[in-house]
Amino acid sequence: MKQLWSRHQSWLTPALLLFLPVLLFGTVIAVSAVQSIWISFFDWDGTGPKTWVGLGNYIELFSDPQFMVSLKNNVIWLALFLLAPVIGLALAIFLNQKLAEMRIVKAVFFIPLVLAHVIIGVVFAWFYDPTFGLLAMVFKALGLAPVAVLSNEHWVTFGIIVAALWAQVAFCLVLFLAGLSQVDHELVAAGRLDGASGWRLFRYIVLPQLRSVTFVASIITVIMSLRNFDMISVMTQGGPYGRSTVLAYQMYDATIFSYRAGYGAAIATVLFVIMSFYIGWFLRHTLREEKKGR
Amino acid sequence: MYPTQIADSPPASRLTYRIALYASMLLWMAPLIAIFLTAGRPQADLLAGNYWGWPSKIAFVDNFREVFATSPMMGFFVNSVIVTVTTVAGVLVLSTLAAVALAKYQFPGRTLLFAMFIAGNFLPYQILMIPVRDLAVTLGMYNSVWALVLFHTAFQTGFATLFLRNFIASLPEELFEAARLEGASEFQILRKIVVPLIRPALAGLAVLVFTFVWNDYFWALALVQSDAAKPLTLGLAGLKGEWLTAWNLISAGALFAALPPLLLFFFMQKHFVAGLTAGAVRG
Repeated sequence: MKQLWSRHQSWLTPALLLFLPVLLFGTVIAVSAVQSIWISFFDWDGTGPKTWVGLGNYIELFSDPQFMVSLKNNVIWLALFLLAPVIGLALAIFLNQKLAEMRIVKAVFFIPLVLAHVIIGVVFAWFYDPTFGLLAMVFKALGLAPVAVLSNEHWVTFGIIVAALWAQVAFCLVLFLAGLSQVDHELVAAGRLDGASGWRLFRYIVLPQLRSVTFVASIITVIMSLRNFDMISVMTQGGPYGRSTVLAYQMYDATIFSYRAGYGAAIATVLFVIMSFYIGWFLRHTLREEKKGR
Repeated sequence: MYPTQIADSPPASRLTYRIALYASMLLWMAPLIAIFLTAGRPQADLLAGNYWGWPSKIAFVDNFREVFATSPMMGFFVNSVIVTVTTVAGVLVLSTLAAVALAKYQFPGRTLLFAMFIAGNFLPYQILMIPVRDLAVTLGMYNSVWALVLFHTAFQTGFATLFLRNFIASLPEELFEAARLEGASEFQILRKIVVPLIRPALAGLAVLVFTFVWNDYFWALALVQSDAAKPLTLGLAGLKGEWLTAWNLISAGALFAALPPLLLFFFMQKHFVAGLTAGAVRG
């Protein structure tokens, strides 16, 4: 027995080490994803018998006006979320100073990152409150009529996105601050000697050194923009009249409230396909860095 | 240094910078300041429309007492603690095992496994929801904290493995060879060499996973229904519907739910930031 072990130790060790983690991750995560795609080909209420409908759910999707609203909102989310890396970088440059109080100042700017999206949603729902909210006070002070942002079908999605951006900017800020700390000082000093300053110094000397961070911050931001669910659920539940739904929310709504698990799975699959484009892009970047690194 | 350092600039520009700094800090924190002030305001003030003026009475204690007396907030808190602490412990053990295997052993399918962990980490939760719910029902865990522990442990193990793998891969190979020459078994190497060396990484990881799991809302919504098993986030969302315009109570509840990750963050800021940026900034 002992001999057997010592002879096979080199391959048995990783197998034993990986057994539990891979079993758990494989069954709960990987298998579930595949199962969902399978379920999307059935008409199913979530508990009773399943009926095969082939591509039926997908065909229905493309004539479902709610699906078009969700898809459109997802595009708005994605586009506006790309402000997060831009603002995050600007803020990082603003905060990359060595004053005595900077540690605490940075900690304050990082706070939204550790708050639950549910809590941010609650805070902003109140911020937008048309009678007493902070925003209404600002509007009144300017002599304007306050807008009930969260019950206005044109403004609602933007209102939720602003709340979500607060946390996402903080995330990008953390990454860019770390990136800035690794910028080559000598290169910057040399650039300054050559007379580069302001925009040119940033554009041609600093930004190229932040390429990898910028990529990671942007792609994770895009993925996050497509995953957002919590805030919509807490702030509007997709309302008013379903105007603020996104695919992630509509999937939940269809499955839980309309008992249409097959249809919900089809929505989830569409979201998954859209996201796998970005996940794949990120994966390629990481694996390539990996090969370069060692 | 980039940008030009204010610390070396004349006092006038240093002052200008500081004014801009504190003004932007105030603006950034406005939502939190508002909620903090409201949590200390009596309901009567809110009914009278006094949302932003000086409170008629400082009512922190009253508000918190009412929150705990009229809602199962304490029970939600206990549920959150059980789910989060159990998950963090499980994730640390499982991901250390997997990370060592991925970092220090050659075997077929290694890159594929690595890719699966990365991709799984970014999946939309909705593609997992229906099967995970069914799995929880089959295992008799649905509507209990254990359904949440099961899912979070599985999901976070993916992220945690990637995270630790980078640290372990950077440990010098000679360390392992020397230990093997001295007759140490592979598991002794893991326990006596790897674990002590990656302790800082484990600390950072624990803080991150704690925050992710504590703040989860979607899975609580999908896997739990009764108050007996709800974590704080889900409980708070429910109370918002119940308390309607009692913003003083909602604020107090939100503050309470936010406190554990906030405290953890302030005490372990360095670990938290290092954890979040690991991997993203290399190269």
